Amino acid sequence: MKHITTINKADLKATAAKGGCGKCQSSCQSACKTSCTVANQKCEAVK
Amino acid sequence: MIHKFRQLGYNIVLDVNSNGVHIVDDCAYDMLGIIAPPMAEECPADLPARLSQYPEQDVRSTYAELYELYKEGALFAEDDYEKYSGTMVKSPVKSMCLNVAHDCNLRCEYCFAQTGDFGGERCIMTPETGRKAIDFLIENSGNRENIELDFFGGEPLMAWDTVVETVNYARSIEKQHGKNFRFTITTNGVLLDDEKIEYINREMSNCVLSLDGRREVTDRIRKTLNGKSAYDVIVPKFQKLVRSRGEKDYYVRATFTKYNLDFTDDVLHMRDLGFEQLSAEPVVTDLNEPYAITTDDLPRVFSEYDRLCEVMANRTENKFNFFHFMVDLDQGPCAIKRLRGCGCGNDYVAVDPHGDIYPCHQFVGIEQWKMGNLYDGTFNNDIKEYFAKTHVYSKEGCRDCWAKFFCSGGCNANSFIYEGDVHKPHMLSCEMQRKRLECALALAADRAVKEQG
Repeated sequence: MKHITTINKADLKATAAKGGCGKCQSSCQSACKTSCTVANQKCEAVK
Repeated sequence: MIHKFRQLGYNIVLDVNSNGVHIVDDCAYDMLGIIAPPMAEECPADLPARLSQYPEQDVRSTYAELYELYKEGALFAEDDYEKYSGTMVKSPVKSMCLNVAHDCNLRCEYCFAQTGDFGGERCIMTPETGRKAIDFLIENSGNRENIELDFFGGEPLMAWDTVVETVNYARSIEKQHGKNFRFTITTNGVLLDDEKIEYINREMSNCVLSLDGRREVTDRIRKTLNGKSAYDVIVPKFQKLVRSRGEKDYYVRATFTKYNLDFTDDVLHMRDLGFEQLSAEPVVTDLNEPYAITTDDLPRVFSEYDRLCEVMANRTENKFNFFHFMVDLDQGPCAIKRLRGCGCGNDYVAVDPHGDIYPCHQFVGIEQWKMGNLYDGTFNNDIKEYFAKTHVYSKEGCRDCWAKFFCSGGCNANSFIYEGDVHKPHMLSCEMQRKRLECALALAADRAVKEQG
């Protein structure tokens, strides 16, 4: 494409069907504790 | 839904429901301010005239590219996640914040734990209660293998015997129950010594080291009992811990307040001290406190996030990670996780020194949210059910917010503390969160561009 560069897979919908396994870390168990940032957690089912 | 913004010199478009992130040229950026779904295959007849600042050929080829993304589901993707939120049920409890000490050896002005005692008496958790917490997690975690336990307080190093005995007990029984305990600890560092550093680096998968940056910033608000500098006591110990930690995770975590709205300087100072994994969060406190961050401070906070973002993009040496600018666009959490976020009160709970159970560490001591007790075996499933059904489609304003799949509706405790309602996100927190996410996405775009050369 000339006008657009897509930098990721754009596949969030595909993760819904098999999601929710619960293997990943709870977000407040990292460096958070007073806010909520979820999207910097890693999926641990696909590693 | 899309969100478009400019940061670091890039035109960035987030397609909210597919999570697609696109860097676009000016023509596409302006076009996305005009067009809306559903898109037709043919370029609308009036579009060249409405974008007359661009050559007609460019307008038409830009539209064709946007249409291609649209057909691929990477632009204007529909929000069809609500059906999953409707089926949300209670989850096994797999994470716990264990408040082993409701006491602290610092008197930080802003402490949400009210200088360590959470509004109650100062006390230390017994090893027996620590063991009961492990038993609770094993009994209530169902088929979850990875179990997380964060030693918290107050200051958890004041309850070191309980920390060690709790870890040892968990290690002694985890295999027979098919569990993998991952311990973390959040400490102010005052009581760190060689023995504790060695133990933490061996047993704790992550540790959060509390420091507020520059000496004058740290010492102004993180006060010692004897009036001496906390910075001077803490920094050498943290440096020693991090130097011997190897590849294991850690964060040096600051809280910033109205006193240091130039917090980029604190982040950079901590990098200069040798720390590479950094975090700085806005203070959570009563808005009447002199150090509270208020709406009037937002322009300054935003410009500071811009400055930090630019520093990180431009650094070629002495790089560092900033926790709140981290986003994993390809291996991040699944959509289901993003609907509910932190798991507070559902798969995550906090336990105080008496064995009382709360939805999370920020709810500790608030009687109406007490869920039960380890000793009498009570556990309020109504509260658990309440949090299981708390998600981005049940919270006020989240449905129409572009950031909803990154913050998952924000911090439930902040919503309750500031707004009196878990379902009513705290707008000041939301505004800062959205700004941080724009910086995070811009840095991801910058990395992608640099990797492609």
